[in-house]
Amino acid sequence: MTGGTKPMGSGKSKTETVEVRYQLRLYVAGTTAKSVAAFANLKRICEEHLEGQYSIEVIDLLVNPQLAQGDQILAIPTLVRKLPEPIKKIIGDLSNTERVLVGLDIKPLG
Amino acid sequence: MAKPPKKEKPAIELLRKSPTGIKGLDEITGGGLPKGRPTLVCGGTGCGKTLLAMEFLVRGATEHDEPGVYMSFEEKSEELTKNFASLGFDLNDLAARKRLALDYVHIERSEIEETGEYDLEGLFIRLGYAIDSIGAKRVVLDTIECLFSGFTNEVILRAELKRLFTFLKDKGVTAVITGEQGERTLTRFGLEEYVADCVIFLSHKVDQQIATRRLRIVKYRGSAHGTNEYPFLIDEKGFAVMPISSIGLDHAASSERVSSGIPRLDTMLGQKGYYRGSSILVTGTAGTGKSSMAAHFVDAACRRGERCLYFAFEESRNQIIRNMRSIGIDLEQWANKGLLEFRNSRPTLYGLEMHLVTMHKAIEAFQPAIVVVDPISNLVAAASDMEVKSMLSRLIDFLKTKQITAFCTDLTSVGCSLERTDVGISSLMDTWLLLQVIEGNGERNRGLYILKSRGMEHSNQVREYRLTGSGAQLDDVYIGPGGVLTGSGRVAQEARERAETLERNQDIERKQRDIERKKAVIEAQIAALRTEFEVERDELERAIARERLHQETISEETQALARSRKSDGFVLNKENAKSGKRGRK
Repeated sequence: MTGGTKPMGSGKSKTETVEVRYQLRLYVAGTTAKSVAAFANLKRICEEHLEGQYSIEVIDLLVNPQLAQGDQILAIPTLVRKLPEPIKKIIGDLSNTERVLVGLDIKPLG
Repeated sequence: MAKPPKKEKPAIELLRKSPTGIKGLDEITGGGLPKGRPTLVCGGTGCGKTLLAMEFLVRGATEHDEPGVYMSFEEKSEELTKNFASLGFDLNDLAARKRLALDYVHIERSEIEETGEYDLEGLFIRLGYAIDSIGAKRVVLDTIECLFSGFTNEVILRAELKRLFTFLKDKGVTAVITGEQGERTLTRFGLEEYVADCVIFLSHKVDQQIATRRLRIVKYRGSAHGTNEYPFLIDEKGFAVMPISSIGLDHAASSERVSSGIPRLDTMLGQKGYYRGSSILVTGTAGTGKSSMAAHFVDAACRRGERCLYFAFEESRNQIIRNMRSIGIDLEQWANKGLLEFRNSRPTLYGLEMHLVTMHKAIEAFQPAIVVVDPISNLVAAASDMEVKSMLSRLIDFLKTKQITAFCTDLTSVGCSLERTDVGISSLMDTWLLLQVIEGNGERNRGLYILKSRGMEHSNQVREYRLTGSGAQLDDVYIGPGGVLTGSGRVAQEARERAETLERNQDIERKQRDIERKKAVIEAQIAALRTEFEVERDELERAIARERLHQETISEETQALARSRKSDGFVLNKENAKSGKRGRK
């Protein structure tokens, strides 16, 4: 758990990728501890397992509440795997790496 | 449950209420649901929770200028729109005018993986956004329990639910939360612990194959409310609750009289007929002419230009019209004029309460002066005496408050005591007529009694009730040594009496003739005797005259002789003359 990074300020941030196989969207509501933790965990997992194949879009519902309906967001934080199909949702602060990997359908690299 | 005088409220500001606009519900709740607070509506599947909730929103949006948010966890917005279109609610139009916001929340357990801590802020944001976007005053969450199937962490869920209700209160919206009935609890997941202000329970019970929807207010904090189970109806106009038993016994009592349509029956009822606004019960076994009596009453009322509503539970409209034509009553003309309306339905169509509700609606719509229920006994079939009594008392009370004269017929089964109805309903009735079959001489005839008639002088006599081609007629009956005589027995008795009278008259005449004859005979005898006497007298007188003549002749001769003898013995001569007369005789 590395919670020190501060990617949340802009509301939206994208990681440059060469080939985006995993299109991820993280819904948060303001800068809460859970949201911060979730983003950090996600970032870490992606770096470890999906390097160069993912994009992360962070949506702050406090800023854009109307977006909650589209992806049927109830719980915060929610990670939505938009691509590849089918859509998958993982809720919580993503602290359990194993379950995140299972949820995203990612085979651990070795 | 009335409001207990607890420390709860300083009683300065009364609880404000948000009218539901649903017929009857506002009356039971004394004005609506608690404003700005959540209300729980719970019940089993298909009991009408969604409809109640949606109607609350639609009425609010259209009638009370309170826009609403409908957050559905079960049905998609399009499905809802379609379902409610059949009730005449155009949800799309309301949504377009920003009077209503529909939000379908989809929860699919298989799509969701839980890792670590979370909360339901997303739901709050969505709800808050929807409320703010149309300035909603009302919110429906249907059924929020679906959350329990979507999330595994119940601890978080319960904490969030608690927060949700606080959130709704803070928003100041009047919320309706629906919940599925649990096995032992009001709701499967115990939602009632969060919603403490008002709980409404809907049920859809099937009793003897007849389903009845009922509504009960389990709790309403800070307000008096009706506590009974109230039947309600879902029909093409939506939800309707009947708070029938809230009606008290304070109706007006008219002293106006209305004719029964049978002149001699009016005479039996203190010369004038029934009281307007009273309740009349006619009991009798099958085929005693109860419906005919009802038809007479209806006919008389329509003739006066009054409106009549005829609830028939046995016969169809056309059948009644045809049958009544056979006793010379044309009901069709009144039906065509719009004075008479028939409501025919099978008693088993729905439960007792539902019948009551439909009758209410029909009465409200038609505004009749007279209501006929023919027969109430068919309603009775599927329920206990208790239920029947309560249902009928509510119906009668309702009719009395509206000053509608109620005419009920009741079929008593053969073999039952005639006063069987006594247990059930007779105490509710003001006038009770009893039609009875009188059997004898190989035939059945109908007899009519007035068992009671409150507040008027009435005959204690049994009358024979006859149905003729020109209507029902009442005739006197004969009390013979073998009991009451009716029908051909009565006719025979009448004939016998006529014969006896004739005979007596003839006897008298004969005796009078006898007198005349005797008088004549005696007079004739007298005349004869007189004639005889006359004859004898004539004869005697003639004899006397002859004697006298003879005597005179003799005395003249004697005088002449004496004169010639110069005798002076006149006296002697006279004596001689007398003795001579005697001697002759």
